Amino acid sequence: MTLSTSSLPIDSDQPALAVRDLTVAYRDDPVLWDIDLTVPTGTLMGIVGPNGAGKTTFIQAVLGLVEPAAGQVRIFGAPYEQQRERVGYVPQRGSVDWDFPTSALDVVMMGLYGQLGWFRRPGAEERTTAKAALDEVGMLDYADRQIRQLSGGQQQRVFLARALVQEADLYFMDEPLQGVDATTERAIIDILHELRSRGCTLVVVHHDLQTVPEYFDHVMLLNVRRIASGPVDDVFTDEHLRRTYGGRVGFLRQKTADDRPQSAPSADRAVP
Amino acid sequence: MDLIYELITNYTLRTVALGAATLGVVGGGLGTYAVLRGQSLLGDAISHAALPGIALAFLLTGSKAPLVLMLGAAGAGTLAALIILGVTDATRVKYDSALALMLSVFFGIGLVLLTYIQHHAGASQAGLDAFLFGQAAALVETDVLTMAGLGGAALLVMLAFWKEFKLLAFDPDFGASLGLPMRTLDVVLTTLLVVAIVIGLQTVGVVLMSAVIIAPAAAARQWTDRLGAMVGLAAAFGAASGVSGAVLSASVANLPTGPTIVLCMGAIVGLSLLGAPNRGLLWQWWRDRRNARRLRHETVLLDLYALAAKHGEIDHAHAESVLDAMNAGSDRTHNALRQLAEDGLVTQTSNTHWRLTEAGAAHAKALAEERNLQPAS
Repeated sequence: MTLSTSSLPIDSDQPALAVRDLTVAYRDDPVLWDIDLTVPTGTLMGIVGPNGAGKTTFIQAVLGLVEPAAGQVRIFGAPYEQQRERVGYVPQRGSVDWDFPTSALDVVMMGLYGQLGWFRRPGAEERTTAKAALDEVGMLDYADRQIRQLSGGQQQRVFLARALVQEADLYFMDEPLQGVDATTERAIIDILHELRSRGCTLVVVHHDLQTVPEYFDHVMLLNVRRIASGPVDDVFTDEHLRRTYGGRVGFLRQKTADDRPQSAPSADRAVP
Repeated sequence: MDLIYELITNYTLRTVALGAATLGVVGGGLGTYAVLRGQSLLGDAISHAALPGIALAFLLTGSKAPLVLMLGAAGAGTLAALIILGVTDATRVKYDSALALMLSVFFGIGLVLLTYIQHHAGASQAGLDAFLFGQAAALVETDVLTMAGLGGAALLVMLAFWKEFKLLAFDPDFGASLGLPMRTLDVVLTTLLVVAIVIGLQTVGVVLMSAVIIAPAAAARQWTDRLGAMVGLAAAFGAASGVSGAVLSASVANLPTGPTIVLCMGAIVGLSLLGAPNRGLLWQWWRDRRNARRLRHETVLLDLYALAAKHGEIDHAHAESVLDAMNAGSDRTHNALRQLAEDGLVTQTSNTHWRLTEAGAAHAKALAEERNLQPAS
């Protein structure tokens, strides 16, 4: 019943993710409007846009966590239900209660619950896999810590390790760099690049415009509608940013062109 | 000793104690999930909402068999839970408002039905109002067996879906992304909670039942950072409260069993909030105090270091009064100096004068660097 995800061939002729006409509404208000997006296999795509632009909702709609009003989602050419085992997910860190009585290792093992199937408990094999993933994100020493005792960056790494044990071909990550220190940010980006070099496709919600060209090769600019998407060099333009965020963004980017301050203000709040 | 003898030989006491222990184990174990998921009040709403179910079950069947009444209670409790979820989803009424609303409306219907039964159905049925505050003394062996059967089954289901329920409580979205039917699991877990509640209603009553769900779990959370241990501890606390409540109310005249059980749980919660390591208030208070004292000692040491630096020689002795002036309160300075001397960081050169030792100077230097202090020049 459980297929090892990595043994499945990656269909190079099918894009990792193809979204057509995706619309999501809460009551009367559209949160996402008519989104078309194609993510080619093997790309690292960032999703940027102001608060309330629907970035999280987009990922949740693709994963079937919120019901879309309309639209079609294909993952490697097939509906999500058939491709679940090839998809990994890193939710927003703030979406769970970190006071929950569990350890870092235990959280990572949750990534294996889907493959384990009903009634089977994680055992020695799962512990080994989870520890390897914790090691990969540099968190092995904290395996037995209660998760509240970890810093924000460490919690984020635990979430990342949980996604790593899923051994997916396509990853969705919701702000994996939110509230992490510079060292963790570097470490996480290295892991994302490593995953890409293994042939994985990654779709990452990101909040810091300054680092988009450095970190990602594709980008989608989102503000309820898809403003633009494609290779960063082609679509990450002042014009598109202005249309996504409103007027103030040109200033932000010009500043980055001169010198790239580490603590430059995020354009996340520059709602039009 | 007499009590233990009584517990073994006295049929009534033994039955009540076993019943109370059963509801404690089941309520504590399953209550853990309610507490972790922030659903403590849902338990309260379900137990209050069970009252009209009990009354209706009696009106429809004329029977007071425990299983019949429990079915009625479970039906009404579940209905209330579903309405709460439905109202929250479909309207702009917030979750807590929906909870409070359903709790009072269902409880009100229950009271109306009880009054009706008392006036119309004759004296033999008046026993139903025992469900308000519980009537443990009326428990008989078949009641306890019913409780144990239902409760045991509920606990077995909990164990069977252990990892799924853990995911449901910790990160339901991630569980859904794995393809697990989180909504169904939610319904199953809520049903188990309903079972845990209805088996305790006869003993503890609808008004106090939520304490059995919440208190043991809240106490258990204080002592452990593992879900398995928390469930086990909560069950143990529930059982211990149940037995001690039963025994206490049997040995003191006019002490009602249900409320006594709840009070025992309250005592365990109180002790846990105060005394548990790490999360306990006493522990935190002691840790804060220790940190404050360490900071005071370090301050005195750094003062001495600053003075010594000013004089250009590290082992220059200084009067305690000077250090006093740099700090507040001479008792504290003196105590700090004595503690520092005990640690080998300073020595007393005369009645009133102190100087840094070599180790003290090194320690002060490290501290100063750590805190980014410029040595006085």
